[in-house]
Amino acid sequence: MKIDKALIERVARNARLELGESEIKEFLPQLKEILGYFSEIEKAPTANLPPTFHPIEIKNITREDVTEKGLTQQEALQNTKHKQDGYFKGPKTI
Amino acid sequence: MNTKEYLEKVKSKEVSVVKTVEKILQEAKNSPNHFTAISKSYALEQAEKIEKDPMGKLAGLPVSVKDGICVRGIESAAGSEILKEYRPPFSATVINKLEKEGAIIIGKTSQDEFGFGGFSVNTKKIPRNPHDITRSCGGSSGGAAGFTAFTTQPHLALGESTGGSIANPASFCGVAGLTPTYGLVSRYGLIDYANSLDKIGTIGKKVSEAFLGLYHIAGYDEKDSTSLPQKILPEKKIKKIAVIKESLEVDKEIKDVILSKIKNYDIISLPLIKKYSIPAYYLIALSEASTNLAKYCGLRYGQTLPLKGNFNEFFTEVRSKFFSKEAKRRIILGTFARMSGFRDAYYLKALKVRTLILNEYKKAFKKYDVLISPTMPIIAPKFDEIKKLSPLENYMMDILTVGPNLAGLPHLSINAGFKEKMPVGIMLIANHLEEEKLRTLGEEIERS
Repeated sequence: MKIDKALIERVARNARLELGESEIKEFLPQLKEILGYFSEIEKAPTANLPPTFHPIEIKNITREDVTEKGLTQQEALQNTKHKQDGYFKGPKTI
Repeated sequence: MNTKEYLEKVKSKEVSVVKTVEKILQEAKNSPNHFTAISKSYALEQAEKIEKDPMGKLAGLPVSVKDGICVRGIESAAGSEILKEYRPPFSATVINKLEKEGAIIIGKTSQDEFGFGGFSVNTKKIPRNPHDITRSCGGSSGGAAGFTAFTTQPHLALGESTGGSIANPASFCGVAGLTPTYGLVSRYGLIDYANSLDKIGTIGKKVSEAFLGLYHIAGYDEKDSTSLPQKILPEKKIKKIAVIKESLEVDKEIKDVILSKIKNYDIISLPLIKKYSIPAYYLIALSEASTNLAKYCGLRYGQTLPLKGNFNEFFTEVRSKFFSKEAKRRIILGTFARMSGFRDAYYLKALKVRTLILNEYKKAFKKYDVLISPTMPIIAPKFDEIKKLSPLENYMMDILTVGPNLAGLPHLSINAGFKEKMPVGIMLIANHLEEEKLRTLGEEIERS
């Protein structure tokens, strides 16, 4: 696998990050080194082993489908500057 | 006066809660960067109420809270810039539980941004080690462990561990850090790093204090979809213990300190854990982190910019401006590991390696009650030494702590002695829900 500038830019775009030239220059050798080391797990003997998503068995947690008290509209909006008429105000979507 | 005596004297009104809180607030203020926010007026208000009417099993106990755990109305930014000034409209379940028992929240402790680091240097307010302020407290719960070592007052710290963030600073600061079984303590209200790994735990000067805290925060919570219905298993006699052979490949002085604290032990080899736990841990943790951090986009909370451009442009601008370099590096790595074409080789493979690692531990626990290792391969490093480390060298420092975290196993770090006048931690690991074994052996080591 080739880790180059184009790949890092593609990954960053997917993650909604824009990296400056100096960041890319710094990250490129670091990511090569890290991913080179991480690739060691290729050798791990995992044939026929299932993946473990949680370290201990987790069961679905459900509750009665009844209305409960949640945040008030004011509380939900108290941490944003972008609001109007009791709604969040976002950037253009189309 | 230890915590138990203090709590008894609060009940019998032989000690002033207000005075104790005043003293600890002053210490918090004077501490070397251990706090990101101090809730002075709220804490004093609570102290006055509790002094008059000491209700609850923890009545009057000052508690510091790692910044990443939400406390209603108090800035909770998880050490980050992007969440600066975020004041949650709710408290985490652990906070509600402690307050119900009369504990007093004194403030938020400094940490690496979102838990991304082992030295608490990936943040604006860098906590310094009370044993030597030119050295790190460790991380990511650096402020929590640092202040536990620093304070002279009764106190409990809440920390959080994803890959070792409680044990590591506990070791570097010479205090007792307890990371419980995954799912035992509710994560509701914890600002996520990696959901399948995050665990809220406790830090105290002594093992008994860390456990006192755990007993009050543990328990099933329907607000956390990964909460366990099971309880901590009852105390059992410890018959056999083993030291992990690979963990002794550290500095000889550290090895000698650890082995001087225990007797009648076997040495067991766990080669797969040593070989594969770092890549498996980081691939899983960063994959999860990269999805968790998607929510920080300048819309509902956190730092933002004027609305401009389409949503992709706006989100990108906010994220690029406010995430630190380490957060960006981790988001890139995690996004890469989950991307089509790489997912099977990295993310999915890491999850299978996790099974392999769990199996290796489970096999060892068939024979042994507790596994032992040094907590960290080094003593707390100096800040100028940390600056020289590459990102991969930073990650490699977690070599001894990622194993039990990846497997969700309870582990306890306590002070075993000193090297160059700096604390050396010993780490005890038990099987799922066998926290009581850690307590029994931990207290025995503490007395020795």
